[in-house]
Amino acid sequence: MAQHIVKAFDEQLNSLDAKIAEMGGLAESMLADACDALSKRDAELAAEVVTGDRKLDQLEEEVNDIAMRLLALRQPTAGDLRAVLAALKISSDLERAGDLAKNVAKRAITIAKAPPVTPLIGIVNMGALVQGRIKTAIDAFVARDAKLAMDVWSSDEEVDQLHTSLFRELLTYMMEDPRNITPCAHLLFVAKNIERIGDHITNVAERIVFLVRGKLPERERHKEDDSSYTEVRPFKKEN
Amino acid sequence: MRNMSVVDRTRTGVSATSPEPDSGATAAPPKPNAFECKRVEVYYGQKRGLNGVSLDIGKGEVTALIGPSGCGKSTFIRCLNRMNDPIPGCRVVGSILLDGMDVNAPDVDPVELRARVGMVFQKPNPFPKSVWENVAYGPRIHGLANSKAELDEVVERSLRRAALFDEVKDRLHEPGTSLSGGQQQRLCIARALAVDPEVILMDEPCSALDPIATAKIEELIDELSGNYTIVIVTHSMQQAARVSDMTAFFHLGDLVETGPTDTIFTTPRDERTEGYITGRFG
Repeated sequence: MAQHIVKAFDEQLNSLDAKIAEMGGLAESMLADACDALSKRDAELAAEVVTGDRKLDQLEEEVNDIAMRLLALRQPTAGDLRAVLAALKISSDLERAGDLAKNVAKRAITIAKAPPVTPLIGIVNMGALVQGRIKTAIDAFVARDAKLAMDVWSSDEEVDQLHTSLFRELLTYMMEDPRNITPCAHLLFVAKNIERIGDHITNVAERIVFLVRGKLPERERHKEDDSSYTEVRPFKKEN
Repeated sequence: MRNMSVVDRTRTGVSATSPEPDSGATAAPPKPNAFECKRVEVYYGQKRGLNGVSLDIGKGEVTALIGPSGCGKSTFIRCLNRMNDPIPGCRVVGSILLDGMDVNAPDVDPVELRARVGMVFQKPNPFPKSVWENVAYGPRIHGLANSKAELDEVVERSLRRAALFDEVKDRLHEPGTSLSGGQQQRLCIARALAVDPEVILMDEPCSALDPIATAKIEELIDELSGNYTIVIVTHSMQQAARVSDMTAFFHLGDLVETGPTDTIFTTPRDERTEGYITGRFG
């Protein structure tokens, strides 16, 4: 698209894009640090993530301010209007993603105090996967690339599958030894939080598709999270 | 944006055969058209000002024509009641049907046509006569009233429809030109309504008015729609968005895109439309 006749209009729209990109980068690094803190049992790093969330909240406020001013003073239409609406929605999803990463970090502090129980590789992998989705989603937003956004949109299945298998695994550990229950219960929430971040990124991807194409993805998304139906039965002792 | 329930917004103006979105078995029959224009070309001498415009205008709807200066929107609206006739060297090709009647047919009297298709201009242009005379003039020359009492009735009814009566009822015999700009424009609308037209053409009716007078005209357009077909040329895109059901975008003599106003302003199909309505270099 060509530039606006009024240059300040472009500058305001660009500043909206820059804020969203900054929020995405921050959410991504918060999740990476939270997972790192978890696997390295680093309570200090985890505490940094918790305080870092304030910056993300502040950025969301700034996006709201810019969007409100654009709507009131420029009366954007068509693609410009969709850009402002998308920024409003995407910023609130990214802010929620940051909250969830903060929650992962808080639990990492508690888990670091308990003796190590299980290998955390599954959770770390899930975190890395979601982190990659945040990055790709933000790339798709900046490049206005609906196809790339659709890739992000469809890739939530893998996260859901990992979540279901982690759920099963953690239940098994808890049954083996009741002393595992405290750390494993926290890890269940950690896994759920990361899975929820994935869901917010799916929303972000939908908004990007709407921004570029003027309509939401048409097909139903295939969902793979079966953890709500999962049960693990204890072995019956034979007498 | 106007109230959705007033008119069917799913109708597209480009072609009667366009499929309606989500039209199931319960879909309402298509609305009748006031005007059906096919391949309308306008020439000023050798120069072509309009390059084959095909556009249907729905009965009772408000259709906004937008586009940059010189795009042909005023040329097009003036074809609808043959206002181009007096321009030397001007020639109109193609077909323009009003309720199935060819407006350019030799047996059509342009004066009769303009009673059915009234017009309001950019600058309010009341006759240099009293408020009452301004409104009574049309019905009198068209023989629509037989007595002074009947004329009084027509004048009051027209002024009421134009949302002006209460403001001028004690000034009916003062000159029309003594009214404020917004009142003069509503007087011109009352004058057009007095001969009971089917269609009202408005060529930038608010561009000489302040925001409050503009809002009053927009409210009036909203009230008149349904009973009258309104075609409005406007340079204010926000005005087109506020008052119209359908929007048609003209550029360099072409009709680029037409559709329901909410679609044009949220998800236009053509890049030129998007460039124009978002304020970019086209």
